[in-house]
Amino acid sequence: MPPLLEVEGLSKSFSGVPALIEGKFRLEAGTVHALCGGNGAGKSTFLKIVMGIHDRDSGTIRRNGHEVTFSNPSEALKNGIAIVEQELSPVPAMTVAENIYMGREPLRSFGRIDFATLNRQTQDLLDGFGFAIRATDLMMDLTVAQTQLVEIAKALSYDAEVIILDEPTSALGEAEAEHLFDAIATLKARGKGLIYVSHRLSEIFSITDHYTVFRDGRFIQDGTTADITKEQLIQLIVGRPLNEEFVKENTPGKRVVLQVEGLRAQRGVHDLSFELREGEILGLFGLMGAGRTEVLDRLFGLSTETGGSILLNGQEARIKRPSDAIAAGIAYVTEDRKQTGLVLSSTVRDNLCLSSLGQLSRLGVMRARQEAAGAAGMIAELKIKAASDALEVTNLSGGNQQKVVLGKWFMIAPKILLLDEPTRGVDVGAKREIYRVISDFARAGGAVIMVSSESDEILGMADRVIVLKDGVKAGELARDQLSAEELLHLAA
Amino acid sequence: MQKTTITPPQWSAGMFVQRYGIFLALLLLCLVLALISENFLTTRNILNVLRQTSINGILAIGMTFVILTRGIDLSVGSVAALAGVVAASLATTSSAGMVAGGPYPAVIAILAGLAAGMACGSVSGAIVARFGVPAFVVTLGMLSAARGMTLIYAAGRPIPNLTEEFRWIGTGSIWGIPVPIFLLLGTFAIAHFVLTQTRFGRHVYAVGGNPHAAKVSGLPLRKIRFSVYVISGALAGLAGMVLAARTGSGLPQAGIAYELDAIAAVVIGGTSLAGGVGRVTGTLIGALLIGVMNNGLDLLGVESYYQQVIKGILIVAAVMLDQSKNKQD
Repeated sequence: MPPLLEVEGLSKSFSGVPALIEGKFRLEAGTVHALCGGNGAGKSTFLKIVMGIHDRDSGTIRRNGHEVTFSNPSEALKNGIAIVEQELSPVPAMTVAENIYMGREPLRSFGRIDFATLNRQTQDLLDGFGFAIRATDLMMDLTVAQTQLVEIAKALSYDAEVIILDEPTSALGEAEAEHLFDAIATLKARGKGLIYVSHRLSEIFSITDHYTVFRDGRFIQDGTTADITKEQLIQLIVGRPLNEEFVKENTPGKRVVLQVEGLRAQRGVHDLSFELREGEILGLFGLMGAGRTEVLDRLFGLSTETGGSILLNGQEARIKRPSDAIAAGIAYVTEDRKQTGLVLSSTVRDNLCLSSLGQLSRLGVMRARQEAAGAAGMIAELKIKAASDALEVTNLSGGNQQKVVLGKWFMIAPKILLLDEPTRGVDVGAKREIYRVISDFARAGGAVIMVSSESDEILGMADRVIVLKDGVKAGELARDQLSAEELLHLAA
Repeated sequence: MQKTTITPPQWSAGMFVQRYGIFLALLLLCLVLALISENFLTTRNILNVLRQTSINGILAIGMTFVILTRGIDLSVGSVAALAGVVAASLATTSSAGMVAGGPYPAVIAILAGLAAGMACGSVSGAIVARFGVPAFVVTLGMLSAARGMTLIYAAGRPIPNLTEEFRWIGTGSIWGIPVPIFLLLGTFAIAHFVLTQTRFGRHVYAVGGNPHAAKVSGLPLRKIRFSVYVISGALAGLAGMVLAARTGSGLPQAGIAYELDAIAAVVIGGTSLAGGVGRVTGTLIGALLIGVMNNGLDLLGVESYYQQVIKGILIVAAVMLDQSKNKQD
């Protein structure tokens, strides 16, 4: 019997930057197949091509032995492939039922939508999975976890042969994840094939039959999950022994540079209190939707919530807007550099100078030589790979783009660095360089708060970790108490 | 742990105002005007208001479809004029501007006008949907081009002396109620049905609410985006013909700046320019609000220039209110 899905030689580049090179994959009926790889490994690109969201530069995709090409998701759906994407994207003003059955709403006479059937069908679907969600609720009123459950229910409702689940548990607690695993077991028994992407190795070892590892956009290895150990898998994913991946040479000092009390932020974050010391890297861990980014937004003046107090070096600080934060020496590397970290259409130099325009100008007129020197300095220090500083940043690789963002901030000589997923979409080589930059900053006395959803990264870099759950502090762990299981246990 | 119990939504005063706010505003305005001016609440005046609102209302309903998909149609005024002169040329008894063999039955003229509107809408829609050119730019171009075509077609002159049969759609009445009002209400009823009851309607909201989700769900984004511009063009055609019928001639200069009032009605009615949110009911009330306001100021003897200032304030105020409502996250 031919495999449900067979992919060979799949390649894709974006603006000349390769994201996937000769990707290979083979999915058999009645199995759960893990797709493993770190940030920037090419997993999402691969899945998006299979789903018809992106087109490919080269390679073949075979469904049940027949070669196929999907020019849009509608064709993939018709061909029995469904996906739960990593980034949730509901239509907020519509109901759960309308979102799930979008495009295949049941009809009655005169082309009218049969809302009664639609809602009933949806409620049956949700109840069948054990998801406590009402079919008639608006998507915008759901929690992040509920939104993820709706997207899972939607993908499973297509009764597709090939079901792709990209980080489906990133916002789910243990109980909800169990419901998902039950559903997966049922589908497996019915002969479906599931592609499962997750950073959580414990999940991979408990529910998957096979694995395929991608790294730096390439196929590395595949095999049977039962035949490999966790350490071996990690090594394949990371490419080198784990202790060499991170650079950590800082020692936390005693002086408290930032103290937060009873802090309030968006998404229900409240009653948050913690301290940050000089030279310390404080990790902030939690499930998707727990409020981590919201905490950083608040510390940087991006939040409309202003409850709670922030003390910098013992003094009360009023941070109402980013310029207040910057003046206080706080820098913020956001989660999505393309949306909120860079001006993609501007040059490397312009982006590097963006936050220090005041220092680089006199009476409102820019001083070109100062700009060029400042930019050149950062490019050298951070080893930013760009043919010239006049290149548009959109042409740089993810890792180099992230370095430009860091460079922008280092140009204001910050004392506190807020990092949100600093190595997301960054290749392994650049990752290590970024860890070095972070470590050097802390070693020189700077303080860092780092949000990360990769427990390995937190384990590798943090001196101390605060775990957030549903907007409150669920726990605090010192470096010697850290473990992936403990982190997840507190977060869920 | 996680919130897993399902609780039904609570009705509150806030929700009531949110949902019915614009309608309450209209009622309040009517109440105030009825108290201030004895002429406001007369049958004649009410029919006047409704009739005067019908052209903008029809345009605005078409505009609603487009705005729901995150688009905009700046060309409706020009397209209305084009449809007006095309229909007029087939329904005129005067030799100036008459199409050979005319005047034709009103039905033919009306179909021709609708076709002209839909043709313009198809061109705009095709460029927006297929080539991804921003709707603002495409329809701005169409605004110019359609106006140019109108002037060319009518040789720069009005086409007067339209047949009684044709004029009926603008000046006639059924059971004492002017025909344009029926046309407005009919358009509204169909639009409301399509947007709330049909699959196509859901898809229009989805494309504007989250185009990526719509795409991954397999929706035909191009077809949906193309369709709404055709609808806007068709309704612009209808509005243009009603206008020509009312004025009694096809004027190549008709409809100038009409798109602004149409957009104003849509926006005041609560439809978001960001797409995905809004209802034709709101648009209808928005159009009525503008119409009643204009009428009220007329009755009070306020000059039309002041009306423009007030309209501007109304638009901004409506959107500000809308934004503050949504800023609850």
